[in-house]
Amino acid sequence: MSILQVKDLGVRFATLDGQVQAVNGVSFDLARGQTLGIVGESGSGKSQSVLAMMGLLAKNGQASGEALYQGKNLLTMTPRELNRIRGDRVSMIFQDPMTSLNPYLTVERQMTEVLQLHKGMSRKEAKKRAIELLEAVRIPDAARRIDMYPHEFSGGMRQRVMIAMALLCEPEVLIADEPTTALDVTVQAQILALLKDLQRDFGTAIIMITHDLGVVAGLCDRVMVMYGGRVMEQGPADSIFYQPSHPYTIGLLGALPRLDHDGDELMSIPGNPPNMANMPKGCPFSERCGHASERCASELPALIPGGHRADVLRACHKPAEQLIPTMHKEVARA
Amino acid sequence: MWSYAFRRVLMTIPTLLVVITVCYLMLHATPGGPFDGERKVSEAVLANLQAKYHLDMPLWQQYLYYLKSLLSGDLGASFRYADWSVNDLVAKALPVSATIGGGSLLISLVIGVGLGIVSALRQNSLVDYLVMLIGNIGSAFPSFVIGPVLIMVFAIWLGVAPAGGWNDFDVRYMLLPMALLTFINVSTIGRVMRGSLIEVLNSNFIRTARAKGLPLSTIVFRHALKPALLPVVSVLGPLAISSITAAVVTESVFSIPGIGKLIVNGAANRDYTLVLGLVVLVTVVAVVLNLLVDLAYALLDPKIRY
Repeated sequence: MSILQVKDLGVRFATLDGQVQAVNGVSFDLARGQTLGIVGESGSGKSQSVLAMMGLLAKNGQASGEALYQGKNLLTMTPRELNRIRGDRVSMIFQDPMTSLNPYLTVERQMTEVLQLHKGMSRKEAKKRAIELLEAVRIPDAARRIDMYPHEFSGGMRQRVMIAMALLCEPEVLIADEPTTALDVTVQAQILALLKDLQRDFGTAIIMITHDLGVVAGLCDRVMVMYGGRVMEQGPADSIFYQPSHPYTIGLLGALPRLDHDGDELMSIPGNPPNMANMPKGCPFSERCGHASERCASELPALIPGGHRADVLRACHKPAEQLIPTMHKEVARA
Repeated sequence: MWSYAFRRVLMTIPTLLVVITVCYLMLHATPGGPFDGERKVSEAVLANLQAKYHLDMPLWQQYLYYLKSLLSGDLGASFRYADWSVNDLVAKALPVSATIGGGSLLISLVIGVGLGIVSALRQNSLVDYLVMLIGNIGSAFPSFVIGPVLIMVFAIWLGVAPAGGWNDFDVRYMLLPMALLTFINVSTIGRVMRGSLIEVLNSNFIRTARAKGLPLSTIVFRHALKPALLPVVSVLGPLAISSITAAVVTESVFSIPGIGKLIVNGAANRDYTLVLGLVVLVTVVAVVLNLLVDLAYALLDPKIRY
């Protein structure tokens, strides 16, 4: 049974250049204990989609569609109703641990306030529980360090504090917005392993936003690939990895640096991401796509089940069967 | 922290010495003397007066003599107000200025921070525009314009407060001068508070606080207030010091017997010891206020430790 159902989610910003549609037609179901990866370049709308669900859009942003948590639409709730869910049933970890914790409050204050608010605990009980969580994310000497300020922790340790804070109320959904991007590689691996363990222990469903395909491969059950605010391809992680059927996904995978090949050059997708204020009429990827035809530039492809696998949704005019063999050649060349 | 405060106080000694020396030389370099009135005094009387105040000695001896008496806490005798020592004059004027200046600063801190918060939370609303309008008027118009306007409206037209004067800490006489100073201070504090709170509310850690499901009041008062107050504290020092200089104008407009009035009279009369004494006083107050601001920083920001 799914705990989070997103239907036709859209995000629109009123800017000085006019209306900008940052996210368009995003739909997915998240089941208990499952991990969904949302992948895409910067500006593809992946962060804005989850911020919209959490009611955290900037003031000029407006969400449309539905995000149903246990049948109730998060997007139309009053702030009061929403505040009962966020931080308690659905919580979030942000990209930059250096700025996402309040530098003026101790870790203890920032953690206990969550439990006092949602669980009605006393400050003393809350502190005890907070120390347990800090120990669960393997912060050494947690009982002493909890009284410190964020600036007394390293980046990796701060992200652990963020994770512990997000897990305080044992949420059903944990949204992680590029949780390892700001950390160095060895710490990244530790944090990912930690998330995996915690998911096993707490049974939390995770939405993992990343532009790092390695993270997706290690953690996710399902993957959604976004470009220009739209979903390009969406399906089980293994099919996205081993049988990518969309030119953009193929391009992304082709751009992965490989250690087992002697490539002289890093592969990249030619061109730049589209200007969100002035999107192409057809497929947003058409301007950079090697397979684009005239139809791609004028007509937006619908997100429909692919011809090769019914559980994969793809938005491309070119049939999947014609792309999958080419993909193997491209990888072989790389 | 105490050793830091002690070091800071020690560091004021050279500052004071430079200030005193420069003022001393400037005062003596200006033409005219304390006894050059409209009515000439006879040669003999002048010689006696100059001997009494050591004005017949070479300048460097006078200077050393002044420093020596300063060390024992004696600001000297006033040249103009016979029978009054500068210590007495200051002791009488300081409480008046401190009440008006300090009182209005405290009131403006409360009002300014409050208005700043309301403005920042209702950005670009009618309330916000109103607060900003008041703030701009207070910043744009000098106090010698706003002061007489206040007198015209509240003292002459409405007759709710006396136009000026002082009656031994009678609250009615404090109303208008304090209103003027408060108005000017609120315009600065409110503007700074609004700007800094808007900036803080857009920061990442506030987004985290919202994601935790905290109500707005907790977000503002627990998470945003401290960082938003830092810029307010840093303008508070200069604001307090400028309220001493502002007192020169305010106390003249409302004819209040405070420090500002003494400075004006002392300078006009070439009352060397009085002016020097007041300069020493203002310097000490400025140094102490700056120290307080620095200590307040440490109180607000855990990253600052002395």
